[in-house]
Parts: sequence; structure tokens; C-alpha cells
Amino acid sequence: MSKRILSVLTENRAGVLSRISGLFSRRGFNIDSLAVGTTEDETVSRMTIVVNGDDYIIEQVSKQLNKLIDVIKVKTLDDSDIVSRELALIKVAANSETRSSIIQIVDIFRAKIIDVSHETLTIEMTGSAEKHKALFDLLEPFGIKEVVKTGMISIQRGTNYINK
Amino acid sequence: MTGAKALIKMLENEGTTVVFGYPGAANAPIYDELSRSSIRHILPRGEQAAAHEASGFALASGRTGVCMATSGPGATNLVTGIANAYSDSVPIVAITGQVPTGMIGRDVFQEVDITGAVAPFCKHSYLLKSARDLPQVVKNAFHIASTGRKGPVLIDIPIDVLNEEFDFEQPKPVNIRGYKPTVKGNNLQIRRVREALSKAKAPLIIAGGGVGYAGANAVLAKFAEKYKIPVVTTLMGINHTALCGDLLVGMIGTHGVSAANIAVKRCDLLLVVGARLGDRAYTTVHSQNSDAVVVHIDIDPAEIGKNIGTQIPVVGDVKVVLEQILKKDIDCDIASNERWLKSLTELRNQKREYSDKKTFINPRLAMKVLSELTGGDAIVATEVGQNQIWAANNYKLSPKGGFITSGGLGAMGFGLPAAIGAKVALPQKTVVAIEGDGSFQMSMGELATIVQWNIPVKMMLFNNSRLGMVRELQKTTYKSNYFAVELDGSPDFIKLAGAYGIEGARISSNAELKDAIEKMLKGDTPYLLELVVDSEEGTL
Repeated sequence: MSKRILSVLTENRAGVLSRISGLFSRRGFNIDSLAVGTTEDETVSRMTIVVNGDDYIIEQVSKQLNKLIDVIKVKTLDDSDIVSRELALIKVAANSETRSSIIQIVDIFRAKIIDVSHETLTIEMTGSAEKHKALFDLLEPFGIKEVVKTGMISIQRGTNYINK
Repeated sequence: MTGAKALIKMLENEGTTVVFGYPGAANAPIYDELSRSSIRHILPRGEQAAAHEASGFALASGRTGVCMATSGPGATNLVTGIANAYSDSVPIVAITGQVPTGMIGRDVFQEVDITGAVAPFCKHSYLLKSARDLPQVVKNAFHIASTGRKGPVLIDIPIDVLNEEFDFEQPKPVNIRGYKPTVKGNNLQIRRVREALSKAKAPLIIAGGGVGYAGANAVLAKFAEKYKIPVVTTLMGINHTALCGDLLVGMIGTHGVSAANIAVKRCDLLLVVGARLGDRAYTTVHSQNSDAVVVHIDIDPAEIGKNIGTQIPVVGDVKVVLEQILKKDIDCDIASNERWLKSLTELRNQKREYSDKKTFINPRLAMKVLSELTGGDAIVATEVGQNQIWAANNYKLSPKGGFITSGGLGAMGFGLPAAIGAKVALPQKTVVAIEGDGSFQMSMGELATIVQWNIPVKMMLFNNSRLGMVRELQKTTYKSNYFAVELDGSPDFIKLAGAYGIEGARISSNAELKDAIEKMLKGDTPYLLELVVDSEEGTL
């Protein structure tokens, strides 16, 4: 079992997301994350789906996705040839004693403080899954109150792109 | 023009001549328009029957079947029929009324999310929001249902959309960017198929329902005949292989014939043609097999590699692919193929004794007599259970006949409505519903449909007063702990038919079979022949 990234172009229409997420559960496939948004063509949405599974499962997922009428294209992305990012918003406990230590850590990770209160700091962080984990580990001792993540989005490197 | 009127106009444009449907509040505007149209409307005695009838119609005629229901319970009653059509790739379009657009999501009277409910087993579905979209959606729905791997498409139409006035515009030619089925086989793979055939000493074709959907019956027979390749079928393939004549070995699977299953075990090249090889057909019987090279030809790429490992996958329309293969002569070892074929036909032809219990009918013999008396030219539509397997293995189909059954879903209650749909599609044909006393009671309200719309189907009802196949399962797997399989309380079926004005007879000895079946077949009137079967009678 390994993590694979599928990039799926779909019609930007009501009900498409439920067809896709339904397909995963009904065929017993597991989604690690799913991120969706419109593309340069607003009639088309692009989903980046991270799936856990062996080759058989990945092949089945991609074939079953292709069978959906609203799915325009499915591409399994090659891990070594893509740039991936995930956005996380992290609310961490912070008081006058801990605030500056946290800001130092945030700086090292080139993350941003986007909100502050007497008791908390909210951090915006973009990066790979590994980078996220490293930051979480360092913030953990201060007390993480809340985390929101977008799920991973990926794009191919260089001149390659997915043709509609 | 209103949405409802546009719908009827579009159905006419798509060549729809008959609709199986049930009216209600939410689809009332459709019925108002339907009353003024040339389309024939058949009112069944429940929406489930409407969906099965549309499937029977489609399977007999090759045209897309249409069924209709109102919102809520009308729509949910269609669900089994839609799931059945999905499992067996039957092209049907289901049209449901829906509560007004502004009320959707408020749990109003007779509201259900039917597009959500059928999503797992529907090829595609639409929830219309505007009458302007209706013409294109109907056109696309028929296209999707009847092309590629065929299947059911549902169109859910809120009543305000049906009543909406708009300027009708003819839809554009279908162009759906996410739906472009591959028709032609890849040339490299075609070449690999030819090479594999030239090397094979014992090739075998497994033919499935996809053969018929592609209209490939004749070309398959031609291909098999040219290279003397024996043919076995799945349950869904029976309907499409009568032209293979003496090359035909029989049905494979848990309830297949042994010659066919042995053929699968012994072959060295397996050509899977338009079959998905579900568990009952293949994987539970043959999973330990084999060194055979597997070629899989199917229009649905997702079926290739799903249930059976494949060395040579060919995605495409079965007919087109077989024609591509036939384009060049293959240097086959015909002598070896003939020896292999002979060994299988010998197995197949081992003489069968028909046990005679004097006070019971032997169902296998009954199906054999039906074959003889109809010449195999009748369309047979089966229920699900023992009756289905008796029919599958013992009705000898001619190329003019038909075999309609619920294969993938195994939906009891399918046979009678399917027979009705088939008879509506092909009124000149003899259509025989093969019934069990269990499944008959799931759809026997349709006797009224038969009478009201003058649809003279013949019914052969095997009555063993049991849910025979489940009882058999309890016998083999649960140490004969028979529970909930006795059908006490069933009516006198002949009297019941009589109450509808349908003639019938009950027989209980093999000696009466010929005369009784002859009488049943006589005349274009409905008839119920009840055959009393021993509850100990096995499926195989």
C-alpha cells in the first residue's frame, strides 16, 4: 500500500463531488484527502485526490472514475515529477511568555502569523506533508487548539500539463 | 411549450413508441401530455414492474426501454429495476416526477432524493432545474443509455419544470466531453490476439451479455466456426450464442454444466468476449486456474483486470473488435482445435436421464419439451432461483428465440414483467415467462396488466411450495436446517389466474407435459401452466 495522487478534471456541476466521493466509499477505496476548485476554465473543476492503495486499487479507482460521465480526465501523477502543496491554518495557545518562541519557529518554517489574541496565535503554513508534520511536532508542546487543512493539491513540473 | 410537452416531443424524437409508467401528483403534467401523444402507455400494477418491463422491452428489441414514476415512493419503487438494469447493462431511461424546485430539500410530501438514491447503480442521472435544459438532457440520456456499456439513466424532473413555458429549441448533436467510449480495438492488441490464437492448442471463447449488446452474435459465430473454437457462455451470454450451433458447450459457473466448466479448466487460451465474469460465473469456481493465456475483449475498460487477470486486454466494441481480428487469416492449428472441440462435445453429449417421479414434474424435462415444441423460437423470460437455472441449462434456444433473465442482480419478481415488456416489444413472438412459486408471488399483480393491455404472455409456473434455491442452500450449508422457505398460504394459482380471466391448468406427471405445453402455446392468449415439482428436486 502506498499513497498515490490522482488529478481529476470534472464538469463544474452540482452533484459531481458527491458522485466521486460516493464512488470511493461504495467500492471500498479510501481517500486520504480530496481538494477541489475550479480551473482556468470555469466550467471545469480539478480535484486532487490522495488515495491509499496498491496498484490494483489505483487502477480500479482511476477506471471507475473515468466511467463517471461528468469526469473528463483522470491522471495518476508521478510522485517524483510534481510539485505539491497543502495549506494549513493552525491555532496554537500562546501567552506573553511563549509568544516569541512560537514566532521564531514560525519564521524558521517561513510560515505566517495571520491572527493574534491574548491567548492564541493563528499560523498560516503552506508546504508538503513532511513540512507540516515537522511544524506540528514543534508546536505541539505549546498546545495546538485547532487545525484546518485544505488537503494536498499537486501540479506537474516543467512544461507538462493535463490536456482537457 | 411546457417542459412536459417538450419531454413527450423529445421521447417521440428518440423513437419511443411505448412507456411503462405509473402516474402520480408530481408527474401529472407528463400524463396530461402523454394522453395526447402517439406513445402507447402501459400501466403496470407497481413501479417496480414498470422498470422491469422497460428492461424486458429493451432486451427483446434492442431499443432503449422507457419507464416513468412519480416522486417519492413511485421513484423508490423503480430502484430495484434500475439496479437490475445496471447489473445487466440494459439500456433504459427512467423518468421521475419531483416536488417543485423551491421545495426540494424540505422533506415535503412524496419527496425523496432519487438521483442520490440511484447513484451507486445508475449509469448517469440528471436533476433538471430548467425546462430549457430538457431537450438536450433527454437526448444525452438516450445516448448514454444506449452506447458504450449500456445501462440505466434517470431523469428527475420537478413539477414546476414540467409546467414551465419556454421556447423549444432542437438539441444539438450529442457531445459530452467526459463520455467517449472506445469502439475500435488497439491494433497492437489485435495482433497479439492473433498470435495467441495461432499458438493455442485448446482455445475457448467465453461469451457474455456484451456480445448481444454489440450486435455481434453473427460475427462471433463466424469467428468461432472459422477456427473451430468451442464456445461457453455466462448466464447473460446464453441469449446471444444460439448461432454457434454445435460449437456451443454450455453455461459456466456455480450453476453451469460440467462440460463447460471442465472446458474452462483445460483450455490453454481463454477469449473472454463481452463478459465481466462475476463470482457466480467464474471467480468462485475457477480462481485456482491456470496457465491459460487470457484475452479479454470488453467495451468497459473498468471490467478488464477487475475480476480476472488478463494478459491481452482489448477495449472496444465486441463486434468491431471481432471484425478486426477476422480481417487477416490466422494460422491456427485447426486439427488440434477440432480434437479439443470433439473432446468437449463428447462430454456435453453424455446422455441425460430424466428421473420420473410419477406424481411430480421433472422441470428439466419440461424445459426440454418446451424447446422441442417451440423449436427454441420462443422468447423465454425467467425468474430468479431454481426455475432460472432449469431454464438456462435445458431450454435449447434457436437463433430466433430469446433468453431474458436477471443475471447480475438476481432480482426475484423480474421474470413476469420482463416477459410482458418483451411481448410488447415483439407482439408476433411467443413469449414464455418461466416462474417459480416464490418469485411469481412478487409480481403476480401483473396478471392484471396482461389482461388490461392485452399482452398475451404464456406462463410456466414451477410450484414446489418452497423457496427452492434458498432451501437447497440451507440443505448444503446449514445442515438441512430449513427455515422460512416454506410457502404455505399460497393461493390456488389456477383459480387466481381464472379470477383475472386467464386460462390455466395444473399438471403433476411427466406424461402430461407434451399435451399441456402444446395447449399452453396454442393461440395468442395468455395462459398459466402450473407444474407441480418435488420440493426435493435439486437445481442441477
